[in-house]
Amino acid sequence: MSKDNQILEELTSKEYEHGWSVNYEADEAPAGLNEEIIRWISAKKEEPEWLLEWRLKAFRTWQNMAEPTWANVTYPKVDLQALKYYSAPKQVKKTKSLDEVDPELIAIYERLGISLNEQKRLQGIAVDAVLDSVSVATTFKDTLGKLGIIFCSFSEAVKEHPELVKKYLGSVVPMTDNYYAALNSAVFSDGSFCYIPKGVRCPMELSTYFRINAANTGQFERTLIVAEESSYVSYLEGCTAPQRDENQLHAAVVEIYAAAHAEVKYSTVQNWFPGDKEGKGGIYNFVTKRGICAGDHSKISWTQVETGSAVTWKYPSCILKGDHSIGEFYSVAVTNNYQQADTGTKMIHIGKNTKSRIVSKGISAGKSQNSYRGQVQVMKRADNARNFSQCDSLLMGDRCGAHTFPYIDINNPSAKVEHEATTSKIGEDQIFYCNQRGIATEDAVALIVNGYAKEVLNQLPMEFAVEAQKLLALTLEGSVG
Amino acid sequence: MLSIKNLHASVEGTPILRGINLEVKAGEVHAIMGPNGSGKSTLASVLAGREEYEVTEGEVIFQGKELLEMAPEDRAREGVFLAFQYPVEIPGVSSTNFLRTALNQVREYRGQEPLDAVKFLSLMKEKMALVEIDQKLLSRSLNEGFSGGEKKRNEIFQMAMLEPTLSILDETDSGLDIDALKIVSNGVNKLKSDKTATIVVTHYQRLLDYIVPDYVHVLYKGRIVKSGTKELALELEEKGYDWIKEEVDSATV
Repeated sequence: MSKDNQILEELTSKEYEHGWSVNYEADEAPAGLNEEIIRWISAKKEEPEWLLEWRLKAFRTWQNMAEPTWANVTYPKVDLQALKYYSAPKQVKKTKSLDEVDPELIAIYERLGISLNEQKRLQGIAVDAVLDSVSVATTFKDTLGKLGIIFCSFSEAVKEHPELVKKYLGSVVPMTDNYYAALNSAVFSDGSFCYIPKGVRCPMELSTYFRINAANTGQFERTLIVAEESSYVSYLEGCTAPQRDENQLHAAVVEIYAAAHAEVKYSTVQNWFPGDKEGKGGIYNFVTKRGICAGDHSKISWTQVETGSAVTWKYPSCILKGDHSIGEFYSVAVTNNYQQADTGTKMIHIGKNTKSRIVSKGISAGKSQNSYRGQVQVMKRADNARNFSQCDSLLMGDRCGAHTFPYIDINNPSAKVEHEATTSKIGEDQIFYCNQRGIATEDAVALIVNGYAKEVLNQLPMEFAVEAQKLLALTLEGSVG
Repeated sequence: MLSIKNLHASVEGTPILRGINLEVKAGEVHAIMGPNGSGKSTLASVLAGREEYEVTEGEVIFQGKELLEMAPEDRAREGVFLAFQYPVEIPGVSSTNFLRTALNQVREYRGQEPLDAVKFLSLMKEKMALVEIDQKLLSRSLNEGFSGGEKKRNEIFQMAMLEPTLSILDETDSGLDIDALKIVSNGVNKLKSDKTATIVVTHYQRLLDYIVPDYVHVLYKGRIVKSGTKELALELEEKGYDWIKEEVDSATV
């Protein structure tokens, strides 16, 4: 029970706490983006010919695409030719066991509070640690392997399970889907691969921890989760980056495939460097996340707590193809100072009796802009589709903005779609009430905000929920008073 | 315990309190009565430190310290408790969670160890019985969807948990039916001791049948215009406030 207070006590004068970086010798691609670079990356990763071809095809398509401008965000154009597309610590070698991983790399994760030591770790979470462009280590591989679960870095999956990668890569997010997805398809470096065989309930949380360390480097990771019939997995994603003056680009693609009766729960706590108080620096987070409920009675649930990044552009979506399939999206997006977020979801109802639920809680403070953009689409043969959307906005101060862009597209008369939206301000009355009971203002804000976001935070696995609560409070520090 | 001297306060430039003088000693119950708009609730809010009220003159000494110099949360930690006339709703935050945060911040201020879960729960059980409040109410979001009576009862429960030295009840009787009034008053009476004091702000005498005051003060136009014992409250009940208004208004003309 003292956990909450402990969290609150930690909210002293800290700003972004993961702003440090480490010097290590890196194996880097030269700056620039062209076919040569793509060949270079593919060769570096010793990829099969088909994958190189796939990348090149994506690149050629991308060259004819234009950067999207419809999002409610403004930022200087990213010079993609000035970026490096691959950077790996030289110490990363092929290792059979965790004991062989360079201690210096393990120390980076220790410092982030991510222990890669299986004995030390709390039971129940397996981690794939991705540093810049490569996976450093993956824990509990053997334990999971005994159940037939594959959990490894994407590069390793390409080598060890090419048939699975070939079958599912790009099956949910086609390489031509959008500008950043195409770019990712051309230059993606590493990420996680996870495969849950038929009938298996994954006994632990699988998680990937992304860390950008190198400067002037884009991070383009790719995650692919395949849940076979009647399987279950809960997957967590966390991310941080050093505090740098210039903006860095993060353009990931996540694909989820759920077969009949399978359930995938995907949780993100996004804490990329948001830029400083004047809006300098920070990560551009342009991510494509999509899952397909391919089989009947399958379920995909996205939960995200977005606190970081200078600009966020992200819409984790569900394609509800199987009959009776369910899609869920729970989101808390916090923006402070000069942060901009345009985030939401798409629920595409294709199968019969499909259901979707959207709960979005935006919190804006400082001079930030926070937009919810969501689409609910019911196709012709999607009889009895149901959707419930709730979009709440909480404003702190009078210089920030909250926006809601719901798109509803119904092509079947039996659909039932509900949309609720509220906008509120943290009341001085609420803060005074807390003060009068002995609670300091900063802690009062943390309490009120966590209460507001509770419905979403409740969806997170315990350990993550605690971290998320801390983050919410930290992000909003100094925004009242 | 509490010494209010020549207190003046205004809201957005309009003076509301125009020279309040009041001495409250440990063990005493003071009732502040008066017609609507006389400044009763303002006095309660100023003592608790609500920002909208600007103190323009005077001083308040609470247990040897300058109360008006302190931030609202420090006043609370020093032992000033305000039972709100309109308790605020905080969605998503349970009363339990709210109180644990409050209690441990108060304890920290006083140099005490935070209460662990077991001790906190047993304290809660004890106080719940004292003010006759249902545990179900405490697991719900703070005051959200509570009836008027439930909100007021929850205020008294919070008071029991925080064990203040000075409790200010701001129109705690408003919106209560007679049964709820009895329960709330019972709670307040059980919490009284010779080390604590209570200020009861009320419009009606009714509450004072249950919480019996040692002194009754009548506030009118921002000043205490009459003080007496509980008999004064009965007189007011019978005759209303007009005779006092007339007395004061004719004296000032």
